[in-house]
Amino acid sequence: MQENENISHEHDDDEQHEHAHDDNDTPQHTHEHDDGQHEHEHHHEESFIRKYIFSLDHKMIGKQFLVYGLIMLFVGGGLALLFRWQLAYPGRPLPIIGASQQYIDEGEIVTSNDKRWDKIFESEKEELMETHFPNGVIEDKTYNMLFTMHATIMVFFVVVPILVGAFGNFLIPLMIGTRDMAFPILNMLSFWLAVLAAIVMAAGFFVPGGHAGAGWTGYAPLSVDPQWTDVGWGQNLWAISLLIQGFSSLVGSINYITTVINMRAPGMTFFRLPLVIWSLFIVAILLLLAFPVLSSALALLIFDRLAGTTFFTTTTEGGGDPLLWQHLFWFFGHPEVYILILPGMGIASELIAVNSRKPIFGYRSMVYAMIAIAFLGWIVWGHHMFQSGMRPGMGSFFMTTTMLIAVPSAIKTFNWLGTMFRGSIRFTTPMLHGIAFVSMFVIGGLSGIYMANTPVDIYIHDTYYIVAHIHYVVFGGSLFAMFGGIVFWYPKMYGRYMNDTLSKIHFWITFIAFNCTFFPMHILGVGGHMRRIANPQFYDFLQGFEGMNIFITMSAFTLGFAQLILVFNFFWSMKLGKVAEKNPWNVTTLEWEAPTPVPHGNFAQIPTVYRGPYEYSVPGEESDWIPQAQPEHAPASAGD
Amino acid sequence: MLGWLPENISEYAQGIDTLFALIYWITVVVFVLVMGTLIAFLIMYRHREGHRAEYIEGSTKLEIVWTTATTVIVFGLAMLSFPQWNNLKSAPDNPDYVVQVRGEQFNWYMIYPGPDNEIGTEDDLELENELHVPEDKLIQIILTSKDVIHSFFIPNLRLKQDALPNRFLDNIKFQATKPGTYEIPCAELCGFGHTTMVGFLHVHTQEEYDAWVKEQWSE
Repeated sequence: MQENENISHEHDDDEQHEHAHDDNDTPQHTHEHDDGQHEHEHHHEESFIRKYIFSLDHKMIGKQFLVYGLIMLFVGGGLALLFRWQLAYPGRPLPIIGASQQYIDEGEIVTSNDKRWDKIFESEKEELMETHFPNGVIEDKTYNMLFTMHATIMVFFVVVPILVGAFGNFLIPLMIGTRDMAFPILNMLSFWLAVLAAIVMAAGFFVPGGHAGAGWTGYAPLSVDPQWTDVGWGQNLWAISLLIQGFSSLVGSINYITTVINMRAPGMTFFRLPLVIWSLFIVAILLLLAFPVLSSALALLIFDRLAGTTFFTTTTEGGGDPLLWQHLFWFFGHPEVYILILPGMGIASELIAVNSRKPIFGYRSMVYAMIAIAFLGWIVWGHHMFQSGMRPGMGSFFMTTTMLIAVPSAIKTFNWLGTMFRGSIRFTTPMLHGIAFVSMFVIGGLSGIYMANTPVDIYIHDTYYIVAHIHYVVFGGSLFAMFGGIVFWYPKMYGRYMNDTLSKIHFWITFIAFNCTFFPMHILGVGGHMRRIANPQFYDFLQGFEGMNIFITMSAFTLGFAQLILVFNFFWSMKLGKVAEKNPWNVTTLEWEAPTPVPHGNFAQIPTVYRGPYEYSVPGEESDWIPQAQPEHAPASAGD
Repeated sequence: MLGWLPENISEYAQGIDTLFALIYWITVVVFVLVMGTLIAFLIMYRHREGHRAEYIEGSTKLEIVWTTATTVIVFGLAMLSFPQWNNLKSAPDNPDYVVQVRGEQFNWYMIYPGPDNEIGTEDDLELENELHVPEDKLIQIILTSKDVIHSFFIPNLRLKQDALPNRFLDNIKFQATKPGTYEIPCAELCGFGHTTMVGFLHVHTQEEYDAWVKEQWSE
C-alpha cells in the first residue's frame, strides 16, 4: 500500500504526523468532503499529560480503557482464584500466605508465615488480613465478598470497559471514517469517571466490615440492612461506585450514538457499516436506556441504607417490596447481558469474514438479528425470577420471550457458519479466537434453553448450571472475542504485531483451560450443587463432587496464569514487536486506510465509501479484497 | 450428564426430569450438528494455494429455513412446558398435610398445625430444621421468611421456591415416594451463614409418621 515506506521509520509520533500530513498520495479519495478539518493535521505538539493522561483523542481513550480493563481483569480474576481455592479445599489455609496446620491447631510456630500471623494476632490493631483471612483461611463472610466483587468487577469494570470503552472508542471513528468522536471532552470524562468509579470500588476493600457481600445482583433486603451481612460502608461504596460507572457509560453511549448517526464518511450508509459498528451502536442505545434504571435502583438502595427509607424492605406495618429491587435490577440486568455479548458478536463477525476471505453471509439478517436480540432483551428480565415468588403466570410469558431469543441467536450462528462455507480460511490467531467464540457461544446458547424452560429451571436455578452458562457466554463469548480483537487491531493501535507464537500459546492454553474450568460446572449444576456456597463438603448430597471441584480449581489457576502470557505479550510487543504494515490482514474496512500508527485526526483526507464492508473474493477482481474506499472502476490498487 | 441427577423421589416432578432429558437430547443433537459442520468447514475450506473463496452474500431461502426451524422447536418446547409449569406452581386443592416453613438466618423453622389443623394456635409445634412427612401423601408448604430472601430447595424433590419476608406463599406442594432423609439447603445467598443453612426432610412410612405424631402431641 501507499504508506508502506513509513513503517520502517522510527515510530516517533511527530514524524508520523508529518507523514500523515505529507500523505497526499491517495488520489482516489475525493477532497470536497474535507470541510475545513485541516487544522487537525497541523495541530501543535501536545504535552505528555494532554496526550497520555487527559487525552481527547478517541484512540488514546480507547487504549486507556483497554489497559484499565486488563488491569481490572487481573483483579477480578485474582478474586476468583481465591474463592476457587476455598471451593476445592474448604477451610484449608491459602498457599503462600497461609499458616501451617500445626500453628492453627496447637499454636506452635513452625514456618515463617506462622510467625507473621502470630504478630498480626498479637497486635492491637484490627488488620484487614486478620478479619478476612485469619491464618490464611477464607472466612465464609470473606467468601461472599470475593464472589460478589469478582462478578461486579468482571461485568462492570472489565467486559464493558474493554468491549465498549476500548473497542468502541478506537473503532467507531476509524471505521465510519471520521476524525474523532462527536464529543471528545465527554469522551475523556467518560474514561475518568470510570477511573473514579474503580477507585471508589477499590476503596471498599479497605473499610471496616469489608466489601459488599450480597452478590453482584445485590438482592434486597440482604443488601439493605447491615445487620444481615455485617457489611457497612462496603455495600454503600459498591452502590456509589456503580452509580458513577453508570454516568460514565451514559456519557459514552450518548457520544457513540451521536457519532454513528452524524459523522459517517460520505457514502457510508447504515447498511455499509461493518457489523462491529452496528453492534456497538445497538449496545450504546441499550446502555443509554438500561443504565438509568440501575442508577435509580442504586439511588433508592442508598436511601434505604443511609436515610432510613424502606423502598426494598417490608415490615408488617407496610413498607416497600424486596421484589421491586429484583424487577429493577433485572430490567437493567438483562439488557446488560446483551451489552456484554453483542460487541463480541460484532468483533467475531469481522474476524471470521476477514479470515474466511468472504462477505458476511446474510449481512442484513445479521443486523436484524442483533436488533431483535436487543429488543427482546427488554422483555425477558423475569426469567431471572421464575423462583422468586413472582406470579407463576408471568413465568409462562417470560419463558416464551426468552425462548424466542434462541431464534436470532441461531440466525447469527448459522450465518457465521455460512460465512466460512466455501471460504478460504486462514487460521490466524484472531481467527482462532473467532472460531472459539462461535463454538463457546453455541454451548452457552444451548445451555440457556434449559434455564429458559420454567419447569427445568425450578431445579437448576441458583445452581452451578447458571454459573457454567454465564461463563460460556461472557468468558467463552465476550472474552474470546476481546482477545481476538486485541490481536487483530493491535497493529493498528500500536503499529506493531503481537508476537504470534505467544498469542497462539495463549490461545490454546486459554481455550483448553477455559473448557476444563467451566464445562464440569454443568455437571455440578445437574447434581444440584448450589452456587454461592462456601463449602460444598458441608452437604451429604454433594460429597461426590470433591474431585471435580479440585479439578475445576486447578484448571482455573491454569486459566488465570495463562493470561499473564497475554499481558506480557501486550506490553512487550508495544516496544519490541515486529513492525506492522498499514493493512497487515488485507482488510476492506476504513480503519486500515488510515496510516499506522494512526495520527491525530485519523485520515489525511476523509475517505469516501463506495461499497459494503465485506467485499472479499469478488469475482472478476484480481485481488481478493476491495477496500470500502476504493472507487468503482478504478485501477485495482488492492493487494499490491 | 443425566446420570448426575440426584434420585427423584417426587410424584409431581417426574415431568421435570422428562423435560430435562428431552432438552438434553435436542441440544446434544444440535451441538453435534453445528460443531460437526463447523469442523468440516474448517477442514474443507482451509486456505490452499491457488484456491479462492467463493463470493456468496447469503441466501434468503436458508435464512427462512433456519429461522422457522428454530422457532418451531422453541415454541414446541414452550407448549410442552406450560401445563407442567402451571401444575407445579399452583396451590394444591386438598392437601393431606400442611406445614408452614419459615426461613430465618440461618435455619429453617417448620411449624406443624397440630391436632386442630390450624397454624397460629396453641397446639402448633415448631421444629428447627426438621420436616417430617409421610410418604405418598400430598404435602402443602406455606413458605415465608423472617429476614432476608432464602430459597427452599429439596434436590431430590426437584423443588425450589424463594421464601420472601412477610409473604406467605402457598403454592408449594409435593408427594414424596420414598422414605428416607433428604437435605434441604438454602439456594439463595442469605448472608455470612448461608453455607451452613440446611434442614432435613424426613419421609416416613405412614405407621412411622403416626407414631411420630403421637409422640409429639401426646402431652
